Amino acid sequence: MTGFYTLFRKEWLRFWKVSVQTVLAPVLTALLFLVVFAYSLSGRVEIFPGVDYAAFLVPGLAMMSVLQNAFANSSSSLMQSKMTGNIVFVLLPPLSHQEFFCAYLLASVARGVVVGAGVFIATAWFVDLRLAHPLWTVAFALAGSGVMGALGIIAGIHSDKVDELAAFQNFIILPLTFLSGVFYSIQSLPPFWQAASHLNPIFYMVDGFRYGFFGASDVSPWLSLVIVGASFFALSFFTLWLLRTGYKLRH
Amino acid sequence: MVPAIQLERISKNYGGIRALDAVSLTIGQGEFFGLLGPNGAGKTTLINILAGLVLASDGSARVLGHDVAMDYRAARRALGVVPQELVFDPFFTVRESLEFQSGYFGLRDNRDWIEEVMQNLDLTDRAGTNMRALSGGMKRRVLVAQALVHKPPVIVLDEPTAGVDVELRQALWHFVRRLNRDGHTIVLTTHYLEEAEALCGRIAMLKQGRIVALDTTQNLLRLHSGCYVELRLQPDRLPETLAALVALRREGGYRLALRDYTDVERVIAELRSAGIAIQEMELLQPDLEEIFVQIMHRA
Repeated sequence: MTGFYTLFRKEWLRFWKVSVQTVLAPVLTALLFLVVFAYSLSGRVEIFPGVDYAAFLVPGLAMMSVLQNAFANSSSSLMQSKMTGNIVFVLLPPLSHQEFFCAYLLASVARGVVVGAGVFIATAWFVDLRLAHPLWTVAFALAGSGVMGALGIIAGIHSDKVDELAAFQNFIILPLTFLSGVFYSIQSLPPFWQAASHLNPIFYMVDGFRYGFFGASDVSPWLSLVIVGASFFALSFFTLWLLRTGYKLRH
Repeated sequence: MVPAIQLERISKNYGGIRALDAVSLTIGQGEFFGLLGPNGAGKTTLINILAGLVLASDGSARVLGHDVAMDYRAARRALGVVPQELVFDPFFTVRESLEFQSGYFGLRDNRDWIEEVMQNLDLTDRAGTNMRALSGGMKRRVLVAQALVHKPPVIVLDEPTAGVDVELRQALWHFVRRLNRDGHTIVLTTHYLEEAEALCGRIAMLKQGRIVALDTTQNLLRLHSGCYVELRLQPDRLPETLAALVALRREGGYRLALRDYTDVERVIAELRSAGIAIQEMELLQPDLEEIFVQIMHRA
């Protein structure tokens, strides 16, 4: 356990020491999205009955920040360690695959949750949000950031160059998060795009997370939890298998 | 006694390139062992396989009897590796880097030993300095300290003195010798052959992924039975009869290769009969570098 705890602590301090870049910057980005979208659409769009658009938007923005930052944490840490060569410091010790995986994963979840909490604190001045089902919110924040943290480990291990990781982030993670219902309800989409949204696992993370606030969602939170949970376990097993084989780390 | 390191027919292929070709080697506990060879000979690949950084294509490697793949946790606990590249984590200070490394090895409270290692490597004053702010030599010291935080019985130093100043080199060897006296097994790769000659009890020479020489340092030095004589002559010329012995011609002098010391008498006699006076004369023993060059050419 000491090995796992030490690696987690190192990963926690790694992002905390540069919190302006890793925490404050994404909170500011979310705040700018809120200002632009909420002020331009407020009063004109009502997605859930009796819920102001700004209030609808904030949980989506928070979840988007949670997911993007959870991914960024593990992927960029591993990528930087590989590029600079200091990955040897965690490859030489007797850390098990499970310890390695859990430490990077938990640090990603921690950063995601810290940034998500930051978004709520920063937006508390603009909207009055009540949690209808807090446990659902917590469950989706943890499971969603777990999925993205595991995906970040895979991307960080697989990518040989910064370009490759940036492509993964810009062409897969960013479109999937933007098209997951952060800014809208998928009920407002044409049938084809509604069906397409159901193939996007991030949609279920955002939808389930939002259910925790409003008690209303596009699909049942149980369905969302099953899909997000299954994604988490599938990605976790895949990541552990990659680590056990030494893929790209012990080549 | 279980060997410190045991390699059995270790091979490694990178695509079509065979970096290691069925290397077998046993290093006993408490040895100070040198692994020499030109760039690309396979030294670092061999060390990386031992450290678990690279998986072997074939064969087995054990550290204190623990297989590096099957029983990797015990094998890695027994091994401390100073990597060749000057790598560091720019987010942390010297002390943090050492505490993390200690924690990765499962040691929770290791402050006393960390302080001792820092003191021995002259790092105490820089304990709170960020790694980025250190000079190359200081970063190298931290790398050595990181390899020693868990008191490994087997220590592998992969070219630890590449590009470091004389002071650090001496401090490092002083510390490593002490560790060896205390029972730690030391495996050293270096391009400075005088270091290997002075420190190592036994040496393996690698070329193109194969061991081409493996013996005690003394036996390897004895392989070269000859010696050299350096001469400064007046006039500065050599009789025809001695021309075949010239190993090196430099301004104002000659280096002649002799089969043994009895040849010195013949050289002096030939010079005297040719009317050439000896202004300076020095007898030289062949060193490990000579042996290394000979073996590499022959293999």
